[in-house]
Parts: sequence; structure tokens; C-alpha cells
Amino acid sequence: MTVPAETFPVLPDDAGPSDLQRWRDDYRRRRTRRSTSLAGVSTAVFLVVFGVAIVRSPGWPRVRESFLDLEVAQDSLPAILDGLWLNLRVLMVSAVLIVIVGLGIAALRTLRGPLWFPVRALCAAYTDFFRGMPLIILLYLVGFGVPGLRLQGVPTSPVVLGTLALVLTYSAYVAEVFRAGIESVHPSQRAAARSLGLSYGQTMRRVVLPQAVRRVTPPLLNDFVALQKDVGLISVLGAYDAVRQAQIHADDTFNYTPYLVAGLLFVLLAIPTIRVADWYSLRAVRRQQAAGAL
Amino acid sequence: MPERPGDIVLSCEGVVKRFGDQTVLRSVDLQVAEHQVVTLIGASGSGKSSLLRCINLLETVDDGVIRLDGEDITDPRIDADTVRRRIGVVFQAYNLFPHMSVLDNVTLAPRLVGKVAREQAEDRARTLLERVGLADKAQEYPDRLSGGQQQRVAIVRALANEPRLLLLDEVTSALDPELVGEVLSLVRELKEQGMTIVMATHEMSFARQAADRVVFLDAGVVLEEGPPEQVLADPVQPRTRQFLARILEAGRL
Repeated sequence: MTVPAETFPVLPDDAGPSDLQRWRDDYRRRRTRRSTSLAGVSTAVFLVVFGVAIVRSPGWPRVRESFLDLEVAQDSLPAILDGLWLNLRVLMVSAVLIVIVGLGIAALRTLRGPLWFPVRALCAAYTDFFRGMPLIILLYLVGFGVPGLRLQGVPTSPVVLGTLALVLTYSAYVAEVFRAGIESVHPSQRAAARSLGLSYGQTMRRVVLPQAVRRVTPPLLNDFVALQKDVGLISVLGAYDAVRQAQIHADDTFNYTPYLVAGLLFVLLAIPTIRVADWYSLRAVRRQQAAGAL
Repeated sequence: MPERPGDIVLSCEGVVKRFGDQTVLRSVDLQVAEHQVVTLIGASGSGKSSLLRCINLLETVDDGVIRLDGEDITDPRIDADTVRRRIGVVFQAYNLFPHMSVLDNVTLAPRLVGKVAREQAEDRARTLLERVGLADKAQEYPDRLSGGQQQRVAIVRALANEPRLLLLDEVTSALDPELVGEVLSLVRELKEQGMTIVMATHEMSFARQAADRVVFLDAGVVLEEGPPEQVLADPVQPRTRQFLARILEAGRL
């Protein structure tokens, strides 16, 4: 591995890279190739060791029978997919409602002046209460308590009530994320907008919120991923979603494979969102910061 | 490395840097001897900052060689961190750490990188801060200081590592004229103490008074270089003359 000797200054613009640069590029390529193959080998070794450790454990045959039964998996798949479709619909509806309610609460919490104190206090109480309340307990309270009132016109469907509970909990989280975003916009931005004659509302809508929303999109997508699997919790109210279907099949066959099927389906559902979230954050970083080797 | 006076500290030979299909440095040659102050002048976008970033290995060069004390620092096998330890950089926007006091800003690198004991590092930091007239600000946070004070702290922070070479990237551009003076007199003081400095600047009067050599960068090449009285007063290249005339018009010479 000899480094080519080179004397500079070199060559007009249209000449290719110098021998030295070609050697450097080559060296870097070799390094990349070496670290890639190293990563491949270490991953393979890890997987083999991990796999062998599991397969050679004393209880493995029993676990394989009750968790990895292909026949049961095939039998349960259609029903679970059916249930997953319900989860997806609940996800879409609740995500939209959560963003609307969350943004509304966050905006209300930023209102200034003594007149708005009750509104601010109410919003603060809302976020405190629903962020503190465990989701599973809230599901029971809403799912069984609300229909228990036997009021006219109040929904009794476990799907609707489950969605309501999800919206209550998640909008409280999302409101706080939005509020953090709004507060992270530098006061000089408000000053600039107000000095141009924009009203408080106009400043909020045109200047502050667009910056805040852009800034909090990655954490919001993170909350969306969390919501994606928490929609499975509506099964505790008796809704026939993916988790419930898996449960029914597991009870029928005395085999846990359907749970694994449902779980993997949820993972598959989450992967696109996770990738989109990663891509979005990366793009934001690239756009707003100068390039560099660090 | 023997350090005889007149030794070449920094040498750039045929340095090329591209961003995408845009070539910002076409083929830059530059030599800086020990104890020299070299100022880089040129219009915005002429490549001054890019060159400084390449020297500090914040950017990877696309061709050419940069040597620090004769050692090829553009060799891909080199450890960039050990090279950067020998080079101090001060940025246009100070880049102080806002969550740390002035003292912690200055002592961070000596403590983490140089493994100097906290007490020792702080003693030295206080001495340096005293030299720049900021001894009473040691416990303050950067945002509470004026721009000139922040920039002097940034220079002290770069000096705390006892660098072989100091790179200053338009350190006075964000300051109002009154504050420019206090930073430039600090740079002049460093020169008198024998520091080797490469400085990108728009302060032509400072370049004339304090620089040993002025280098005019234009469109990614060194178009003209020499002692300040020649480059600034009697430039050979028409482009240099044009650039200086514009600066004169703007009232900055």
C-alpha cells in the first residue's frame, strides 16, 4: 500500500483527479467495503449464537408447538386480518380527532390575559388528568361507565367508546407536544409579526404554528406509532379487532400462535410509519443545517 | 517536529473542494510560516470559509494536500481529532455553548481532551480570561455577554488547547464597529506573542496594519498574494483592484 507521490500545483480544471486523490478515494472505498463486510459477519455470528441459544433451551420443543404452529397461523390469519382492518379504521379516525383536539387545547393554553384564566386552567386540568390516567383504566371507565348511565343517544358500541378513550388520552399527550413546539418558537418571531401589524390570532396561525408544527412533527409521528399499537387495547371492551380475534383463536385451539400473528401484523403496520418519521427528521436536519463532515 | 523560526506550519497544495457540482476551491496553494499572520480576503463565496473548514478537517478535500507541520493531514488514515487538537478555530457566530458558564466553555476541551485536572484547567482559563479583560465574567453565561465579549471568550476557548495554528473565520463580521476594535486588538496581541494565525476577514485596515501577508481569493483560487502594502495598495490583478475599489466605496478601507 504505497501512497503515490504527487507534486502540486496540478493540472487544469478539466483534468481528472490526481493520482493521490484516486488513491485516497480507493482507500476510502476499501475501508467502507471492509466495515460493511465486518458488519455482515458480526450480524450473522450474533444471529447464529442467539438462535442456537434459543433452539437448544430445554423448553424449546414445547414453546415451538404452542407459539409457532403454522397450521394454526394459517387458520387464524383471515379473521385476524379482518380485525386489523377495524384497528386501522379506528386508528385513522382517532388520529385525526387527536390532532384537532390536541392542537385546540395547546392553542387555548397559550391565550394570555385574566379573562381566559378559566379556559387555561381547564385545559391544564385536562392534560394533567388524561396524561396521568392509565389508558387501560380509562378504557374501562369510558367503555363500561358511559353506557351504564343509560342516557338517550349515548353510544354503546365498544368501538366508538374505545376510540373516545384513545382520543382523550392521546390528545392530552399531543397537546403538550404542540405546546412545547409553540413555546420553542423564538419570541423574536412573535415580535416581528406583531410589529408588522398582525393580530395575536394572525401571528399564531401564520407565523408561530407553522414553525411549531414543523418542529414537532418527528415527536408526533412517534406518538402515532405508539397509537398504532394501542388501538389493539380496544379489545378489552369486546370490540372484534385483531387482538380479540387472536384471542378467540387461541382459546379455540389452546395455542398461542394467533397472538404472534397479530403481533407481527402490528409490527408490519408500524414499519412504514417509522420509516417515514426517520426520513422526515433527516430531511429537516439536512434542510436547515449546513453540510459538514461531522 | 523541530520548531525553528521560519518553519512552515501550514501548507496547502492544489486544494480542491466541491459541493455537489459546484467547485468552491479550484486549486488553492497557501503557505504559512511560524509566527506569521496571514489574512484571507475576497468576496463572499470566494472560498475563504471553505478553505478554513478544509484545514480544520470539518470538510473533506476533493483533491490536493494540506500539511500541518509537514504532516499530511488529508491522508485518510489520519486521526482527525488529534489534528483538530492542534488547531484552534474561532467562528463568525462565536458558537459558544449557551448552557455552560464562560469558565466551563473554556475548560471543557482541556479537561475532556487534554485530561487536565479541573483546578489546573480553571487556573489557566482565569489567566487567559484576565488577559482579555474578562476575569470578572468567568461565572456568567454567554447569552449575558455582549458580542465583543462573547467573541473574546471564543478566542480564549480556542487558545485553551494551546494550538499550533489559530484559524479565525470572519470573527468581527457580527460585531458593531466599537466592538470590532476590542477583538482585533486581542488578535494583534496574539500575533505579538508569536501565534500563527490564518484569518478570513473583511477588515482591510486591520489586514494592512497587522498581517504579514494578504491572500486574495477569487472564485476558488489564490489570485494574488503578498505583503499587505503591495496587495492592498498596489495590486497587480484587475480583479483585486475591482474588489478593493468596491470595498473602498463601501467605506471599509
